[in-house]
Parts: sequence; structure tokens; C-alpha cells
Amino acid sequence: MIDDDVSIRVAQIIAEQAMLDLDSIEPETTLDDLGLDSLALVEVVFGIEEAFDISIPFNANEPKTSAFNISNVAHIVAGVKSLIAAKG
Amino acid sequence: MRRVVITGLGVVSALGTGREAHMQGLREGRSGIAPITLIDPERLLIKIAAEAKEFRGEDHFDRQQLAQFDRVTEMAMYCAREAVAQSGIEFDEALGLRTATIIGTAMGGLNTLDENYHAVYYEMKNRVHPLIIPRLMANAPVSQISMAYGLKGASWSVSTACSSSNHAIAQAFHLIRSGMADAALTGGTESVLCFGGIKAWEALRVMSPDGCRPFSKNRNGMVLGEGAAILVLEELEIARTRGALILGEIAGAGMTADAGDIVAPDVDGAARAMQLALADAKMAPSEVDYINAHGTATTMNDRTEAAAIHMVLGAQANSVLVSSTKSMHGHCIGAAGALEAAATLMALGEGIVAPTINHDEADAEIRLDVVANIARTGRIEAALSNSFAFGGLNAVLAFRKWYG
Repeated sequence: MIDDDVSIRVAQIIAEQAMLDLDSIEPETTLDDLGLDSLALVEVVFGIEEAFDISIPFNANEPKTSAFNISNVAHIVAGVKSLIAAKG
Repeated sequence: MRRVVITGLGVVSALGTGREAHMQGLREGRSGIAPITLIDPERLLIKIAAEAKEFRGEDHFDRQQLAQFDRVTEMAMYCAREAVAQSGIEFDEALGLRTATIIGTAMGGLNTLDENYHAVYYEMKNRVHPLIIPRLMANAPVSQISMAYGLKGASWSVSTACSSSNHAIAQAFHLIRSGMADAALTGGTESVLCFGGIKAWEALRVMSPDGCRPFSKNRNGMVLGEGAAILVLEELEIARTRGALILGEIAGAGMTADAGDIVAPDVDGAARAMQLALADAKMAPSEVDYINAHGTATTMNDRTEAAAIHMVLGAQANSVLVSSTKSMHGHCIGAAGALEAAATLMALGEGIVAPTINHDEADAEIRLDVVANIARTGRIEAALSNSFAFGGLNAVLAFRKWYG
């Protein structure tokens, strides 16, 4: 469910980048589904870093093996929450 | 048709200062990539680069020159001096009027810009040194070289990101071949390894944190380098008449735009540039013995470039030697093509093909002989050197071995 503050903010950033309504973003939505290319993906990562003042380990050369799981919205939200928690 | 030959070469790179140091590094398959030490790496996420650590402007230029020179100009001037000395060319008034200076640089005096923005924004200084503009302007290396040697022909700087050098060399070649000039100093120079420069590259998320592994299945991005290389080009008969040692011939050049994506490369644009270079050189695909690849070690470039090589060379792609010397001297952006011309001239002149080092694992999407890890010897008669820039601007040079 996208109902807490972190999930909503992440979904907003992704929706803005994909130029879609917030309603189109579901937890299971993948960035491929939204037609986001690698450059858009890098912008999403940057947007999230700026919004939450965190640093996301992400290399566009190996998006699937990066420590940060970006395979769908739910995984991104989980990753962001753990980075926020680690920040203390 | 007038022919264009190379009679001098000067190089500065992470492999060393001077042509021979660079070439020796290429022959040995030595890595110039190491932890960053020329600036404080603490706040950097990417802490490795191919810094030209041995090169210090203070060792080569006087106080007055240093006040006018950014690091890119220092490196270019050093290389011009070495190239002119090797060539033995003497620029009298008449030849000076017929000599072009065309130098590539993507970012120009970025170190000067970075230092002085720091001074005004961070240190809150209200004034900077009076020569900041002449130091940082992208044409500073061109102007300083033309002034040092009295070169009064057509002269300009070229800025097409990672293709800057190849575009510069291609234009110098065309000027001489068409009769608009008789000689040229050309090549490229780049140093983006200042704090702001590295931060900007980090943000693209295409840099490897641990090494440059072109064409290897476990590659994970590019590594920035810095350096310069300058070539002396001459019309063949003029070089012959004065008994110059000829290092190789530039036989053709091909230039295209992808007109696609601002960062993602495109097979078609790369392939067309290679085809145009071959056609311009009247070189058959079956003649190409060596390709100095763009080979940045990003996932996308290497896959796209391999596909373009297969498309253009057909069956010859199975036997052509392909290497990326960026594995050793890093990606020197606007200087890349000129540094890679040095490796191509070594292959043509000495029959030693520089390796692609850090090649750990073959990638089924590449299917090329990438001269893994150890230099190869063999007769190289004809070669291509590829540069494919961000922004989709491609420039490929075709070279031939010189017998004489």
C-alpha cells in the first residue's frame, strides 16, 4: 500500500519523472512499466536522495546488482526506509 | 589527392610524462588508475582516477607562463614541444602562415574555473587574478601553441565531449588534404579531475568505484583520466622533401550524429561513422587489422560499440584486434582520441598492439578479440580509432602504416 509519508513522497517523485498521475503508481509497479530509461532512473535516484537527505548506492551500469533494490516501487520504498533508519 | 602523414607526437598521461613513458606503459599493460591523490578525496564517492601524477607545470614552464596556463594548457604545451622536437619541423614565416592549430578539449580550463568559483562563492573573495579568463577559455591551448611556434593558419578549438580530439584531428587532416594548410598541430587536452568536475561525473552514476574493465563481463563503469596528446600532421610531399621520419598516415575520417539520446549511445550512429571513415580512406573492411575502441567500460557503450564493429566489419570482426587503452590511461574525455592515436601509431609503427587490461571474463554480447591483458605483436597495416561522445557525436579516424 502507498499510504505512509515515505511511500507517497517516493511515488510522487517517480510519477513526476514518468509524467503520470500518482494513481498510476502501485507497489508492484516496475520502473520499466513506466517507461523510465536509465537517465530517468538516475534522476529518480537523485530526487529521492534530495527529498530524504540520504545517499543511495546505485550504479547505472549494474542496476540489478546494486546494493539498492530498484526492481519495483515497494522495494525502493523499503530501501529508502532502511537508509533513513540507518541515518538515525 | 594530397596525403597527410604524422611526423611528431607528444603525450602526457597517467602512464607517464612524454611519448616514450606513455608507450612503455601501453606495451607493459600497466594501469595508470589509482586512488586519487592530487585533490582531497574525502568527500568523493568515486575515489579512483587516472591522474597524470608525475606531470607538474612548474617543472616545465616559467612564472609568467604559469600565470597564463591552466593545467590543460600546460599539458598541451608540453606535448606540442615534444611533438615538434620529434618531427624536426621548423616553422619559418612561410610555413607558419600555412600551418593550422586545432585542439580538442571538452571542458577547457575547468580547474581554473573550479578554483576561482571556490574563491568567490566559498571564500567570499571579491576579486580574482586578472588572467583567469585567458587561462580558462577553451581556446587557450590553441592560442598558446600558435603563439609559441608562430602558427598563423586557421586555428580553433573543438569541443564535442569524448570525441573532441578525433573531431580536431579529422578537421586538421581535411584542411591539409584539401590544400587549405600544409601542416597542423592537432590533438586534445583535458583535466576534469578537480572537486567540482569529479562531483558532476559522479552524479551521472556511470563511474566505476573499483576499476576500468572494458569489454569484460564484470565491467561496471568508466574511470576518469587526464592527459594530452599532440600530433604534427604534414602534407606527404613536404614531409618527404625535408626527410622527416613518418610515423603513420591518416587516410580518412568519418563523422556522424546519432540525433537520438543525450547520453545513450546508438549502434547506427557509431557504425555510420566507421563506414564513412573507411570510405573516405578507400579502405575495405577486410583490410582493418586493428581498432582502438572507444571502450569506456560502461555497460552500454561496450555493447553498442561491439555491435557496430560487427555490423561494419562483417567477417573481419572475427579476426580484427580490438583494444581499449582506457583500461590503462582512463577516460581522458576531450583528450581521449589523441591519446588513442598514440596507441594506434604504436601498433602501426612497432607492430605492438596495446592490450585491454583488467579483462577478467568474456562477454557473449561482445564476441571480439579484445587483446586481453597482454600486448600482442603482429603486422598492423590499417587501423581505425573510434570516439563516440555523449550527445551522440561520433568521430572515427582511419590510419595506414607508412613504409618508407
